[in-house]
Amino acid sequence: MKVRVKFFAILRERAGTNELFQQLPDGATIADLWRQLQRDHPKLDVPGIRMLYAVNQNYVSLDHKLSDNDEVVFVPPVSGG
Amino acid sequence: MFRVTHEAIDLSELVRYVTDAEAGAIATFIGTTRNNNEGRRVIALDYEAYPEMAEKELARIGDDARKQWAICRMAILHRLGPVRIGEASVIIAVSSAHRDAAFAASRFAIEEIKKTVPIWKKEVFEGGEVWIGTQTGQPFTAK
Repeated sequence: MKVRVKFFAILRERAGTNELFQQLPDGATIADLWRQLQRDHPKLDVPGIRMLYAVNQNYVSLDHKLSDNDEVVFVPPVSGG
Repeated sequence: MFRVTHEAIDLSELVRYVTDAEAGAIATFIGTTRNNNEGRRVIALDYEAYPEMAEKELARIGDDARKQWAICRMAILHRLGPVRIGEASVIIAVSSAHRDAAFAASRFAIEEIKKTVPIWKKEVFEGGEVWIGTQTGQPFTAK
């Protein structure tokens, strides 16, 4: 399957792109995707960062199973207001 | 009305939006850009959002507020892009029959925005810039 990953804020700068598409084995979770992204883009590893995870614009947990065409965002600590 | 926008935001637009014949109170909250933070002289704050989800989360805050208090109408506008010192980054307006609900819901909304809405600010200060809320500790100094 293939998912679309969008990057924002510090992770956008670290990734050097707004988005990318990632090929994943069926049954892969958010955690699997993150491990793969970190392998391909070591700069994504921001020490001490606490992220939330969003799939198709809803927050999910790290063990959420992904589906083909999902839109995934690793949400760095928010700071609106 | 729950939106993010790159335009300057205007209090009177939100007040007009929440004005309601059933309401006896309108509470507003304006978040503005401060000229200092943790000893740094701030030049501007630059806001970025995951816009579709940010608007969805703002609307969710509106729904949650409505479950807790008797609100007539509610509006939240959050500005994106560079916001200069003294300008508004976020405005919340709530109308209700009685004032307690409007005060409580506006307070609730700003606290929730800071927890769950995917909006980030980069502080541009004299000597560098830093993403606020990244918990990496060290500001990125200017190149």
